[in-house]
Amino acid sequence: MVISLNEVSKTYGAKQVLARATLHVRKGQCLSLVGPSGCGKSTLLRVVLGLVVPDAGTVLVGGAHVGPDTAQAVRLRTGYVIQDGGLFPHLTARGNIVLVSERLGWGSVRIAERVAELFELAGLSPDLALRYPAELSGGQRQRVGIMRALMLDPDVLLMDEPLGALDPILRARMQRDLKALFLRLEKTVLLVTHDMNEAAFVADSIAIMRQGCVVQEGTFEELVRHPADAFVAEFIAAQGLSRTGSGAGA
Amino acid sequence: MKRFVSIVAVLTVLLAIRSAQASDVPKVTIGSKAFPESWVLGEAMAELARPAALVEHRRNLGGTEVVWTALSSGRVDAYVEYTGTIAEVILKSETPLDLVTLRARLAARGVGVSEPLGFNDGYAIAVTRAFSERLGLRAISDLAHHPEVRAVFTHEFLGRKDGYPGLVARYGLDLRDVHGIQHELAYEALASGQADATEIYTTDPQIERLGLTLLEDDRNFFTRYEAVILYREDLRERAPSAFAAMMRLTGAIDERRMLRANALVAGGAESPERAAAWLLQDALGQERVGPSPARVALRAIAMATLRHLELVFVSLLAAVSVGVPLGILATRSRTLATLTLTTAGLFQTIPSLALLAFLIPVLGIGVGPALVALFLYGLLPIVRNTYAGLTGIAPALAEAAEALGLSFRARLFYVAIPLASPTIMAGIKTSAVITVGTATLAALVGAGGLGDAILEGIALRDTTRILEGAVPAAALALAVEWGFGQLDRLVVPRGLRLSD
Repeated sequence: MVISLNEVSKTYGAKQVLARATLHVRKGQCLSLVGPSGCGKSTLLRVVLGLVVPDAGTVLVGGAHVGPDTAQAVRLRTGYVIQDGGLFPHLTARGNIVLVSERLGWGSVRIAERVAELFELAGLSPDLALRYPAELSGGQRQRVGIMRALMLDPDVLLMDEPLGALDPILRARMQRDLKALFLRLEKTVLLVTHDMNEAAFVADSIAIMRQGCVVQEGTFEELVRHPADAFVAEFIAAQGLSRTGSGAGA
Repeated sequence: MKRFVSIVAVLTVLLAIRSAQASDVPKVTIGSKAFPESWVLGEAMAELARPAALVEHRRNLGGTEVVWTALSSGRVDAYVEYTGTIAEVILKSETPLDLVTLRARLAARGVGVSEPLGFNDGYAIAVTRAFSERLGLRAISDLAHHPEVRAVFTHEFLGRKDGYPGLVARYGLDLRDVHGIQHELAYEALASGQADATEIYTTDPQIERLGLTLLEDDRNFFTRYEAVILYREDLRERAPSAFAAMMRLTGAIDERRMLRANALVAGGAESPERAAAWLLQDALGQERVGPSPARVALRAIAMATLRHLELVFVSLLAAVSVGVPLGILATRSRTLATLTLTTAGLFQTIPSLALLAFLIPVLGIGVGPALVALFLYGLLPIVRNTYAGLTGIAPALAEAAEALGLSFRARLFYVAIPLASPTIMAGIKTSAVITVGTATLAALVGAGGLGDAILEGIALRDTTRILEGAVPAAALALAVEWGFGQLDRLVVPRGLRLSD
C-alpha cells in the first residue's frame, strides 16, 4: 500500500468532518474519491499531506507515518494539484514549476532539463514559460499546476478537483490527457472529484464518501451493479451513466 | 530589490560623510528659546563666536526647561537667560536672587553666569505718551493718585502674585476701571484710546511703535529679568577665543537697542540673522560682511530640507526594519498579534507634542528624541499592513506553498512576503508621508528641519517664513509619494501588477 488511511477522524468544533474513514491506495493505482460536497473528501486528501492533523486514526504514506516531523518529507515525495492550479501569481509559469527544486539546491542544468521534459509531457509550448499566471488560460494554468506537482518526480500525486475551474470541452480534453499521463507515468494517484463520470473515465477504482466516511470502494461497474446502499445507488443514478468522458455530454 | 538596496546604501554613506565632517576647530553649540528676542541674541552670540569655532545655533529649544536641560546635559554650550527666570524656574526659588547668589548656585552645576548684557526684560506698566504728559505720570506710585485711569491687563498678569495683586499691595493702588484682555488686543485698546495703561515687557517692540511710556517701578516691585549668558564652565578652556568673543555682548545692549532689534524681526520684516547683524553693528560697531539675504534663505532652506530628509529617512528605515519583522511575528500567534498591534496603535494615539515632551527627560533634545518619536509614529502603518498583507493571502495559495514541502522560511520569503508586498509597501508609504509631516514638529525639540521655519513664521506672523518651511515640506511629501510609485515597480513582483 502506498497510501493507508485507517479509521481517521477529524472534528472541527461541533462538526465531524471525518468519521473513521478508511482508505487504501495500491502502488500505481489511480483511485478517485467521489462524494457530495462537504462529505470530507478534500479533508481526507489534506490529511495525507499532513495539512490537516486528524484527531484519531493512522495515516501512512510509503509505509511511513505522517506526523508533524515527517510531513515535510512526505510533501516533497507527493505532488499536490488543486483547482485552477493554485499557482503563485507573483511567479512566472517556470518560477512556479522550479520554486521547490531551486530551494532544494538543484543545479541549473538539471532544472532546465527537467523543465523541458515537463513542458513536453504536459503538451505545453515552452514559450509560455516566462508568462505570469494572469497571462495564461485556465487550461494552461492547470497544466502548469500539474507540471509543478511533477517537478520532483514524486511517487504519489494528489489532485483536488483539478479540472473544477475548466469549461466542459476543455475539461473533457484534459480528462483524456490526464488519463494518458497517468498511464505513461505509472504514478499512484488519488483524485478528488464531485463528478462521477470523470472518476469513472480517469480512475481504476472509485471510493464513494458520505458524511466523513468511505461507504464503498470498487470499479465503476461494481458500484453500478452492486451498490452498497441506497445512497450509492442514488448518487450514481443522479449523475448519468456515461463512461466516455465528462458528464457535460462531451 | 537590488536597486532598492543600493539606493539605501548610497543614502547611508552620504549621511555618514555628512556627520563625519569634523575638524580641529572647537565646536560650539548655541541655544535659544522659541521667541524672537532669544533668536536674535543667540544669533548674535553665534556670529561673534563664528571666526573662532565651528558654531551651531539651535533655535526653538522650546521653553526654559528644554534649553536648560540641553545646557546642563552638555548638548548646548551657551544661551541667553534672564535672572528672574533662573531664580524662579531653574533654581525654584520663592524670592528673587541676586547675581552673586545665582552664580554660586549654578557654579555647583558646572554652569557659569556672565555679567548682565545690559537690559531688563521684565514686566513694566506702560501708558500712552500723551496720557502720561497730560497727567504728569512718571512712576507707578503716581497712579495711586489717579483712580480714574482705565487699565487693561492680561488674565495671567491679573492672576499672578507678582502681577497685579502684588502691585496693588505694594503701591496701594485703587484703580476703578480694570479689565482682563488678550495681550495683542491691549495694544489696540491703548492705540485707539479705549484704555490708558497696560502691562508690557520692557523690550516689547510695540513700546517704540505705539510711542508708549514706561512708568518707573520706583518701589522695586517687579522682579528683574536681566539678560545674562549662561555657559558651560568647560567652554572657557575648550574654546577660549569663541568664549571671549561672546562675552563682548555683556554691558553692550540696553533696553532701547534690544527693542529696536526685536522691532526689526517683528512681522517678519527682517530675519533674526539680519537683526543680530544690526545689533552687533549698533552695539559693538562690528561690520558684518555676510552673504545676501536671498542666498542665506536659499541655503537655509536647502539645509533644513536636507535635515528633514535625514530625520525622515533614518526614522523610516528604523520603522521598516522593526515594523516588518513585528508584523511577521504577529502572524505567528493571536496573542502576539493583539499585543503588537495594540502597542503600535497606542503610540499613534499619543499626541506628537506630548510624545516629544515625554522623550525629552529620557533622551534630551535634538535629533535623538525626534528620531525616536518619528520611529514610534511610523511603526503602526507598517506593522498593521505587514500583518494584514500576510494574513490576507488566499488560503489556497498559503496551503499550496505548504503542500509543496517548502520550509517556513522559504514560504515566508518566496511566497508570503512577495504576495503581501503591495500591502506592505502601501503601509511603508503611509508611514513615510506621516513622517514627512510629523517631522516638522521635530523643530520643537531642537532637531531642526523644515519645522524651524514654520514655527518661526508662526511666532513672527511672517507668512513668507512659514512658506519657506511649508512649501518644501509639501514638495517633499509629493516627492515621497512619487518615489514610492517608482519603488513599487522595483519591489512588487510584476506578476502581481497584471490584471487577470
